[in-house]
Amino acid sequence: MKAAAIALPRSPARPYAASVIGLAVLAAVPGFVGLYQTQLLTYGLIMAIAALGFNLLLGYTGLLSFGHSAYFGLGAYTVAFLLQWLGLHSMELYILLGLPVAAIVSALFGYICVRHTRIFFGILTLALSQVLYSLALKFFWVTGGTDGLRVPRPTLLAGLIDFAGSGGFPRFIRSYYYYVLGVFVLSTAIMWVIVHSPFGKALQAIRDNETRARFLGLRVRRFRWAAFLLSGTFTGLAGILWVPLNGLTTPDVLYWPFSGEIVFMTLLGGFRSFFGPIVGGIAFTFIKTYAVASTEYWQLLLGTVLVGLVLLLPTGIVGGLSQIAKRLRETKESAT
Amino acid sequence: MSILAIQLLNSLFYASVLFLIAAGLSLIFGVMRIVNLAHGSLFAIGAYTGAWLVGQAIGFGVPAAWLLLVIPIAALAAALIGIVIEPLLLRPFYRRAEEYQLLVTFGLLLILEDLMRLVWGGLPLTADTVMDAMPVVHIGGLVYPGYNLLVIVIGIAAAVVLWLLIYETKFGVLLRATSQDRRMASALGLNVGLVYVAAFAIGCFMAGLGGAIVVPSHAAVLGMGVEALILAFVVVVVGGLGSLKGALVGALIVSFVRTAGIQFFPEVELAVLYLIAALVLIARPTGLFGTA
Repeated sequence: MKAAAIALPRSPARPYAASVIGLAVLAAVPGFVGLYQTQLLTYGLIMAIAALGFNLLLGYTGLLSFGHSAYFGLGAYTVAFLLQWLGLHSMELYILLGLPVAAIVSALFGYICVRHTRIFFGILTLALSQVLYSLALKFFWVTGGTDGLRVPRPTLLAGLIDFAGSGGFPRFIRSYYYYVLGVFVLSTAIMWVIVHSPFGKALQAIRDNETRARFLGLRVRRFRWAAFLLSGTFTGLAGILWVPLNGLTTPDVLYWPFSGEIVFMTLLGGFRSFFGPIVGGIAFTFIKTYAVASTEYWQLLLGTVLVGLVLLLPTGIVGGLSQIAKRLRETKESAT
Repeated sequence: MSILAIQLLNSLFYASVLFLIAAGLSLIFGVMRIVNLAHGSLFAIGAYTGAWLVGQAIGFGVPAAWLLLVIPIAALAAALIGIVIEPLLLRPFYRRAEEYQLLVTFGLLLILEDLMRLVWGGLPLTADTVMDAMPVVHIGGLVYPGYNLLVIVIGIAAAVVLWLLIYETKFGVLLRATSQDRRMASALGLNVGLVYVAAFAIGCFMAGLGGAIVVPSHAAVLGMGVEALILAFVVVVVGGLGSLKGALVGALIVSFVRTAGIQFFPEVELAVLYLIAALVLIARPTGLFGTA
């Protein structure tokens, strides 16, 4: 109710205008910053896709998954297997073949998980993700165990751009940034359409009041299942995009603390807003990188930030900013 | 035959440790309705404190027989940390959505893991002097550390004491009343805040005790808490969140499956445990003995 009251007086063109400006900034960034910053921002955009997918469950359906590392890791390992077994080097093929794998496993896990809500849903998602983790860890002759699997730079745009030879790395970082940005814009647009469609509205109705939604004739479990499938697939896409940039996939991306990180970044940005997870994904990547670089005890720092965030700013960066903006508007109105 | 006996004892050894962790987790959930993701870290703190104290004691020339006293002290240290954490960090969250409770305990987990690294460094900490000081037992021609038998005894004793505490004392009545209806208990004049601190401290004490008794046979390493937490989750999910009997049966099931797994199907040993947890959640979401 509160959110609707805040959103109403705004003109509908506003988020579009903001998106265009944001996109222009993102497109211009590599021209102004160094290679390393560009690489970090690429990681950030990838995490933003993962968090965006995750938030379809948390923010829009009201289900807290503590096992989204499963779909991220699944995307990453699928790419590694496609390379190892089929010798594929094309990013487009990775995405085209990786997405169905992420979707099928999300559908399977989701079918089991959506039978529960609240804390049991969380534990069930966590348990299932740890099945994948322990398999990746134990079947080392397939997955490389803790050493993981290496994934060299693939070709982009059906082999038009490849990065063999000298100077491949800087070219790869610059091209891959725009590649990821393209995929990111496309996924954000798709997610926007999803949450503003009747389907998205139904999910929000279920989140706000399950009993009422059921009385309206919504098949609650089926809607949750569909949301789970979409959410897992988006996060899987992030995993697919992540692995060529990282060059290596290890069981760490399947381990449950990584799921915690996905929850963390979504909360950091703000799970009550559409753009919150995007801001959170990018901000988290930078905060974590600088925390790791500046202190050995970066987990301590991140943990303190998380506790402080939950205590003082539960609506995240975007929620906090919009509160400040609202207060500014009010003082301006009262002044005139 | 003696191999079988030793594997049986190994299972009971694991079960004792797992029960101590899981019972604490379950008690905290049963009373406070909080799933404490940092619970495994308290187990690790018990282990590190135990190993560190043993090292200090040896430095002061304390005779080996007295080293066992370290175990209750380490458990008390974990309980003390619990007494600090509950009012400071958890109390503001009881009225808020459980997503926030999970997140704050996840933040706590990150903080505690690094604090341990800060205090005790990244190298494993051992306390095997305690284990070596204990006599060995001969089982059909094979030697077995007597310390492991002590751990089993402590596990059984802890289960009995906890059972008596919850079902036979006045404090247990208060605990169960708060767990069933917090508001009603508060309206009847019960100091709910105090019960919560006590419950959380007992839960942490159990976890710390689990860590302290395991450290003479397994060294304290970074990440042991995160791993233990997941196993404790499997235990409480199988047995039923918030049930003491469930924690006991769950710990036995998980340890026997694990021991058998390590022997017969080492590759999928962990996966099988998680699958069991998932299957129980599907068939009986409240676990074998849960009522919530």
